[in-house]
Amino acid sequence: MPNAKEDSAAVMNRTVVERKSDFEFVVTRTFNAPARIVFEAWSKPELFTRWWIPKSVGMSLVSCDMDIRTGGTYRLVFSHPDFDQPMAFFGTYKEVTPHKRLVWMNEESDQGAVTTVTFEENDGKTLLTFHERYPTKEALDEALAGSAEGLPEQFAQLDELLAAGS
Amino acid sequence: MPRASLSLRTISIRSVVRLQITDARSTVNHMVHYQARLDATFAALSDVTRRGVLEQLGASDASITDLAEKFHMTLTGMKKHVSILEQAGLVTTEKVGRTRTCKLGLRRLEEEAAWIEKHRQLWSARFDALDELVEQLKRKEKTNAQRKRR
Repeated sequence: MPNAKEDSAAVMNRTVVERKSDFEFVVTRTFNAPARIVFEAWSKPELFTRWWIPKSVGMSLVSCDMDIRTGGTYRLVFSHPDFDQPMAFFGTYKEVTPHKRLVWMNEESDQGAVTTVTFEENDGKTLLTFHERYPTKEALDEALAGSAEGLPEQFAQLDELLAAGS
Repeated sequence: MPRASLSLRTISIRSVVRLQITDARSTVNHMVHYQARLDATFAALSDVTRRGVLEQLGASDASITDLAEKFHMTLTGMKKHVSILEQAGLVTTEKVGRTRTCKLGLRRLEEEAAWIEKHRQLWSARFDALDELVEQLKRKEKTNAQRKRR
């Protein structure tokens, strides 16, 4: 069994990925900042685009529109040297509760996911929970296969970039 | 910390299995095939007794009778659990004489571990970048507050 002491010491910078069921997965991480700051990084396009797509993937942002309010829409367009056409990600915010909760629905296809992000502040730190639910297990498998391809070898580059930028 | 026991157990099993992963890349190339099978894997891992059986088999091979005794179960009950683990490829069994011996089916566990690890890497990279940004925002806010006070 894991050691409880070790667990709490390592908890800050640990990203935990779990597959909750055939349709959904959850990612959690604790950030050393109040919820309003972490929320800000998710809800302002100029900040969101600085971390969402690891830079080493080689994608560049063509446009980023985020009308962040319940019922508002988002549209992010990326280009990549390997793609003929830019890729658009778009959908609707189903719920926006500042500093607490964000729910959006991807509308690129009828197999789009519903994403729920919650921000739980405790003692100046924020537990962030990212939950994504797909309509079918095939849709989840496909989405995860796409997002995970070819990334790991680029992470060293990303680390360098982050270290240089700090 | 809200974490399903699945990941706790998976991590401990993974540490045993990690050494067995020799070529993660070829595993990824087989993703299409194993994704369908992963569903069976996750279903098999969703039960506390079955995770216990895997840990037990990680320590040593055991017969179904041994496992039934250890987990205070009937033979029939344990046979069902072992059968689910076997279908998921997590356990292999072999009948020698009148005894059915169970052992870990490591190949499937490797794939399972690789799947989790791959996604953890992606999200780690993403959240490391977010962490960096959050620190910057925090510093900025602090500086602004100090300026106001002056």
